[in-house]
Amino acid sequence: MEGIANVIIFYLLAAAIIVSSVLAVTSRKIFRAATYLLLVLIGTAGLYLMLNYHFLAVVQLSVYAGGILILFIFAILLTSSKGDRTEPHDRRRGLSGALTALAGLGVTTWATLKHRFLYGGNPTVLGDHETDMKAVGQTLMGTDKYEYLLSFEALSILLLVCAIGGILIARKR
Amino acid sequence: MMISMEHYLIVSSIMFFVGIYGFIARKNLLAVLISIELILNSVEINFSVFNRYLYPEHMEGLFFSLFGIAISAAETAVAIAIIINVYRLANNIDVRHIDKMKH
Repeated sequence: MEGIANVIIFYLLAAAIIVSSVLAVTSRKIFRAATYLLLVLIGTAGLYLMLNYHFLAVVQLSVYAGGILILFIFAILLTSSKGDRTEPHDRRRGLSGALTALAGLGVTTWATLKHRFLYGGNPTVLGDHETDMKAVGQTLMGTDKYEYLLSFEALSILLLVCAIGGILIARKR
Repeated sequence: MMISMEHYLIVSSIMFFVGIYGFIARKNLLAVLISIELILNSVEINFSVFNRYLYPEHMEGLFFSLFGIAISAAETAVAIAIIINVYRLANNIDVRHIDKMKH
């Protein structure tokens, strides 16, 4: 019974993600595109929950839906002018983009369906095997093999540099 | 009945190529940035799906996704700063009109 509920929830999430991502790139008004992007990001957090990566789902919600979307909305409000919403349709460019995307999607789907992934009989895929929060913290802060303190610190410096660079680029001269 | 790995991979590849389409077809710089966000997001789904289904006893994919989310946040911050600066200089953010550096 629970399996069927999982499948139904997965298909609902997948449909929501696909429809909103198509609408996010095709809708003419940029503010609506940002709103559809928010729906895509929330659906992705739902997929992480279905994979039992609870920490990743929370990070996705707080960083993407809480941080990046606010940045987008502020940028839209700061840069919107009359020319934005009447962006004329370029037939040739849209056609070439659609052809590229369809060809790539066909190749990728073919390769995915043709390849046999070796995960049969893996018990942790089916059950409620939640990732241990203590293990996540210790892996993030450890210095052994397969532990990530150095990349964590490098990332914090990268974020600091990006904050300073963003202020420097966008300030008024 | 269970959801196999291919289901997730197909959803994420549809998201990826929708992002590619938007990257090519849209002309507003912010819409191009939204397409890039879609592409990055689909890649992060792939990392965590491969980790969960193929190597559930490891956590490499989980951490790749985490670091990917943080890096895309940094990238978006810098890109939006550049876009606001471009708007201040050129008074719009249409990619066809931003050709000042060509002349």
